[in-house]
Amino acid sequence: MADAAAHDGHDHRPRGWVRWVYSTNHKDIGTLYLIFAICAGIIGGALSVAIRMELQEPGIQIFSGLAQMVYGVNGDAAIDGGKSMYNAFATAHGLIMIFFMVMPALIGGFANWMVPIMIGAPDMAFPRMNNISFWLLPPAFILLILSAFVPSAPGAHGVGGGWTLYPPLSTSGQPGPAMDLAILSIHIAGASSILGAINFITTIFNMRAPGMTLHKMPLFAWAVLITAFLLLLSLPVLAGGITMLLTDRNFGTSFFVPDNGGDPLLFQHLFWFFGHPEVYILILPGFGIISHIVSTFSRKPVFGYLGMAYAMVAIGAVGFIVWAHHMYTTGLSLDTQRYFVFATMVIAVPTGVKIFSWIATMWGGSISFKPPMLWALGFIFLFTVGGVTGVQLANAGLDRSLHDTYYVIAHFHYVLSLGAVFAIFAGWYYWFPKMTGYMYSPFIANTHFWVMFVGVNLVFFPQHFLGLAGMPRRTIDYPDAFAGWNMVSSYGSYIAAVGVLIFLYGVFEAFQKKRVAGANPWGDGATTLEWQLPSPPPFHQWEQLPKIK
Amino acid sequence: MSKQTSVDPARRNGNRVIAFVCLAFFGGMVGMAYAAVPLYKMFCQVTGYGGTTQRAEKQYAGRVLDREITVRFDANIAGVPWEFQPVQRSMTMKIGETVQAYYKATNKFDAPVTGRATFNVQPELAGAYFNKVECFCFTDTTLKPGETLDMPVLFYVDPDIVNVPELKDIKTITLSYTMFPQDKNKPVASAADGNNSKTNSNTEANLGG
Repeated sequence: MADAAAHDGHDHRPRGWVRWVYSTNHKDIGTLYLIFAICAGIIGGALSVAIRMELQEPGIQIFSGLAQMVYGVNGDAAIDGGKSMYNAFATAHGLIMIFFMVMPALIGGFANWMVPIMIGAPDMAFPRMNNISFWLLPPAFILLILSAFVPSAPGAHGVGGGWTLYPPLSTSGQPGPAMDLAILSIHIAGASSILGAINFITTIFNMRAPGMTLHKMPLFAWAVLITAFLLLLSLPVLAGGITMLLTDRNFGTSFFVPDNGGDPLLFQHLFWFFGHPEVYILILPGFGIISHIVSTFSRKPVFGYLGMAYAMVAIGAVGFIVWAHHMYTTGLSLDTQRYFVFATMVIAVPTGVKIFSWIATMWGGSISFKPPMLWALGFIFLFTVGGVTGVQLANAGLDRSLHDTYYVIAHFHYVLSLGAVFAIFAGWYYWFPKMTGYMYSPFIANTHFWVMFVGVNLVFFPQHFLGLAGMPRRTIDYPDAFAGWNMVSSYGSYIAAVGVLIFLYGVFEAFQKKRVAGANPWGDGATTLEWQLPSPPPFHQWEQLPKIK
Repeated sequence: MSKQTSVDPARRNGNRVIAFVCLAFFGGMVGMAYAAVPLYKMFCQVTGYGGTTQRAEKQYAGRVLDREITVRFDANIAGVPWEFQPVQRSMTMKIGETVQAYYKATNKFDAPVTGRATFNVQPELAGAYFNKVECFCFTDTTLKPGETLDMPVLFYVDPDIVNVPELKDIKTITLSYTMFPQDKNKPVASAADGNNSKTNSNTEANLGG
């Protein structure tokens, strides 16, 4: 780099839009990811509020009116248009929250920001690839948004087959271009994640500071390393599966077309071979964040460090051999079901190791209930509730009656919407002072927590009752008997939406008041390397590599 | 990026090696996803998974048990303008005995139509023990307008079926065929313009409830 010598050291930083669009700096790219995730989260959240508005009362009220407004149709056509629009909303909600909110926030955002700092590296291993990883996401997101406005099934707009994209509904069921756009969107988002995963693996394996062995590495870096491996193993299978969908749709292949010797069930196997590890991809970085927060605010090192690290390895490994528990009702043989029930329940063991280690970390600690700790405690409680219903659903016998009911919805929202999202907010309030240099108002952060906690529990706890009573998912209407709890659930979603507004106001307020946070606002408990740097960290950190004892 | 001058070449090389290994791994996994297609088919044929019946090489089971089993016959059509029915509703035979059954198909269309049947058995676990010696489903069938054809299927039930805990008390196996048209399959996405027979014009009735 001959021209690099001409620059005058760390003072140099690009200004204006060049800094962001051409960015090769892991902190700037992390910031871009976080902003992107917040925007996508607001859109995905708005979709879910629309769904809850519709389900607040029996009958079809909101979406038929929307269809009337958007498509200019009346009467029965408006009701049918509303039904397909509801399906499109539910599908887009799932895809956006998974691929464009949780993954960018945890992996692209927090991991990009903190992993290089935590392991004592100056930047990611491939800074330009990091830039591509981020800038692939907006086009992917735009493709997905576009898909909502083009035809899918005859008379319908937007992909309405659920985020799982099962054929034949995703092939012959929706011949319009919407599904093609969505598939391409997932392709591009997947490419972004794969490049990011390669970058993280290389960075963590090759760029650790002298003395930082893998067994001294912070747990968040461990979590991201395992997540990156899960991405590398599972995403190509999804890419292959949806490429087969694409060629089935456009080029006359018949991977999933039974009339030509294909098998639609094969897609479910491919999809869930990706899909199950994917849920661990969403939650493992959260595990890492929670470990740091619990340790910081208990002023104790995390209990059972090695056990915590290898529990995540075990969860990641076992996550690859349990996929068919999503397919109990597809006619698996009894022995196959027995195996998948057993393997699925095995995952509860390493997960239990983690939960109990967090509790043991707090045990006898000097706990301070600062906002990040509040969110972390909320995470542990809510994730455990979702974990317990997960063990129930792992039973093939019980799954016969609960499959595709709101019980499943409640289960995966407790582990993801309340689990992963609470971990994201915990990480946000933990690292916000580090990333920006400003301290937020703890009062607003606490209010945000309590409003959100009450809101999301009101949304999802009643859905257990609805599911047990047999209310199916993916329907716009339901019998009057389910009206009561649906109304409670909808009110909860409005409260949670208010929580999001409080969150946004808190961010605004922090930037407005500019309270200086200092290098380490959390005291002795915060021992990882990022707290040794000033807040915000310098544009290029660790010019002198830190020595780890 | 001035500080990157401090990255020594050995480490940069190491970075490239790791990234290359990861990429190779990625390529391998995409390959595995596609390899899953033939592997899955093979898996189904070997294990009788999902009610995939067996195509027997030998004509006879070798031994016949002194126990009877009933095979019921079922026929469905999916998109062929045919009448397609089993000649007999059910047959009772000894386990291991090779028997022949017939299906009758009539082309109700004014042009020749080629069809091919897919098949499976219920209960699905019995698939591994349902051996077809000869079957019209192994090949395409073309019927001229108005033509009627009796199509044979020659099969036996493997005596090993009585050794399987889930199947040992089984009295009835249902053999089901679904006849599909065997034309040049048009890609579905191009059907959106509406002149393809697969496009559903009656959308109001089909979209929702």
